[in-house]
Amino acid sequence: MSTSRIDARFAALKAEGRAAFVAYVMAGDPDAATAAAILAGLPGAGADLIELGFPFSDPMAEGPPIQRAALRALEKGMTLKGTLELVRGFREGDQTTPIVLMGYANLLVTWGFTAFARDAAEAGVDGLIVVDLPPEESGPLADALDAAGVSLIRLATPTTDDERMKVVVRRTSGFVYYVSVAGVTGVKEANAAAVAPHVARVRKASGLPVAVGFGIRTPERAAEIARVADAVVVGSALVDEIAEAVEMNEDVTRRVLSKADSLAKAVRSARVGQTTV
Amino acid sequence: MNAPSLPNDYTAYPDADGRFGAFGGRYVPETLMPLVHELEAAYRAAKADPAFKGELDGYLKHYVGRPSPLYFAERLTRHYGGAKIYLKREELNHTGSHKINNCMGQILLAMRMGKTRIIAETGAGQHGVATATVCARFGLPCVVYMGAVDVERQKPNVFRMNLLGAEVRPVTAGSATLKDATNEALRDWVTNVEDTYYLIGSVVGMHPYPQMVRDFQSVIGTEVRQQILEAEGRLPDALVACVGGGSNAMGLFHPFLNDEAVRLYGVEAAGEGVATDRHAAAINGGRPGVLHGSLSYLLQDKEGQVTEAHSISAGLDYPGIGPEHSWLHDVGRATYLAATDQDSLDAFKLCAELEGILPAIESAHALARLDQVTNDVGKDGLVVLNLSGRGDKDVATVAAHLGRTI
Repeated sequence: MSTSRIDARFAALKAEGRAAFVAYVMAGDPDAATAAAILAGLPGAGADLIELGFPFSDPMAEGPPIQRAALRALEKGMTLKGTLELVRGFREGDQTTPIVLMGYANLLVTWGFTAFARDAAEAGVDGLIVVDLPPEESGPLADALDAAGVSLIRLATPTTDDERMKVVVRRTSGFVYYVSVAGVTGVKEANAAAVAPHVARVRKASGLPVAVGFGIRTPERAAEIARVADAVVVGSALVDEIAEAVEMNEDVTRRVLSKADSLAKAVRSARVGQTTV
Repeated sequence: MNAPSLPNDYTAYPDADGRFGAFGGRYVPETLMPLVHELEAAYRAAKADPAFKGELDGYLKHYVGRPSPLYFAERLTRHYGGAKIYLKREELNHTGSHKINNCMGQILLAMRMGKTRIIAETGAGQHGVATATVCARFGLPCVVYMGAVDVERQKPNVFRMNLLGAEVRPVTAGSATLKDATNEALRDWVTNVEDTYYLIGSVVGMHPYPQMVRDFQSVIGTEVRQQILEAEGRLPDALVACVGGGSNAMGLFHPFLNDEAVRLYGVEAAGEGVATDRHAAAINGGRPGVLHGSLSYLLQDKEGQVTEAHSISAGLDYPGIGPEHSWLHDVGRATYLAATDQDSLDAFKLCAELEGILPAIESAHALARLDQVTNDVGKDGLVVLNLSGRGDKDVATVAAHLGRTI
């Protein structure tokens, strides 16, 4: 069952006493073939989990880097169907690295929640983050994902108080994603000291590993967060590498994987034991 | 979808989840959810507070200039040859459109909530000007997001906002129109959650905005009800208004929803034609989808990517529509027609020449369907059209389409 891929990965990392490095890339950025090569190379570059964005025309919670990534992918014809194809292709070579899709509700509404949950599970997707489906609106999707054995991963944020935290974690599985700053992706910088108590709060409420994302761009910052969280998500900084490599006519895959490698090393060398739940 | 059941009381919506039937809801990032709940509670408290209503009514009377007249358009009536046509003169409000009704209500609410910074999105600039106006009046800093394309085609309004002390931020993302300005305003809000109030300009977005904006605009329909009873001794047979997001239409319709003999007509922007891919008619040319916090009719491709709207009118150039309109359409309470750019230009000229009134190009869309509406209600019918804004801002656009330079 696919949920177990996330649980197994976090259990193994707990045994190692280190945080996970989660790499975010956008499906189809800069094109489908390159995105497939990047995905295939990410585990080797040290990604413990992969978050794969599916492009949407109006990504209201994204900063400029991921907005532009979505635009590049859409211009090259990437779709939600194409995103599942990428996952399917990735699974031919990797049966253990969890893949979590991240995006916006309207494409799922169009597909139909039940059919999409089934198709995503069948393609090898382990979890789903839908930015604009808060607990109030995600009941039907949660039912569909439960039936298909795919984790619904909810977001907790600096504005989520203890009372609301109970609502947020209620139907969450796999892990909880803590949004480290009030804002859009890739603009403000996360602060490990400020994040730490919130991570503890989310862990206590959910009993699940806590991944921290939004605002982590450098190996130094990733290492700091890795000392207080169970997983560190980097997205905009990787996506920026794609944009720059395309612009400079460089080898996109190599450049992104090299950045992923430096971030992964920083997370691994942060080596902390107190991240256990 | 199952056929929607007819409600006994149309005014009982939205429900506790912010739903009008299947439509509406709160599709927003988690960071905003606590604020959305806070806003809902604050609005509920304000609505129940007679002091709030008293304060708002005072500003509406002395600052906005309400009530706006209900004017018998004798020559338009003669032109269409039957039903009596009345114009609700919202263009005579301070700032030149109905938008100020909502802005006044929301700025008083924002101050009650202790917010110190106001943001807004704008298409034609009418809502931006109205927001900048109330911010100037109450001394609050104001940032208005406006698509770069709209900045270009509505320069006088940009300058007006600047004169009122607002900062206008052009948005170049996507199609650089109202939808993209709304995305950018939401990004600002999610980034500045502590002190910022998002003053949405139409009956769109997440609950409670569609309800709250409708309530603030319902002063239009409430006045019309009283005025038409005074003038004609009976309720009208039809109400007609243009619909982008749909706030002027909702404000006119709402006090009449339970009067089922009163036909309701919304007119969408058909751009170059609903059969083309260049229009802004969400109900006539879209299907339900999720954008900017609610489920409603939406222009989108097969996969669900939102497509660009096209209209001569910047104020109607939006791929969505308020969720209450989607519901009124689905249950059959209101009828949604469409008018093309050309229809609206013709109606603009007709209204100018026959009544001496330059209507906003948005409102001209409603005028353009008086042909069908007067025909539907027959010779003895009574029609009220919401003249939601004045057309001074549009003279350059109209001139360009007429091939004239000014």
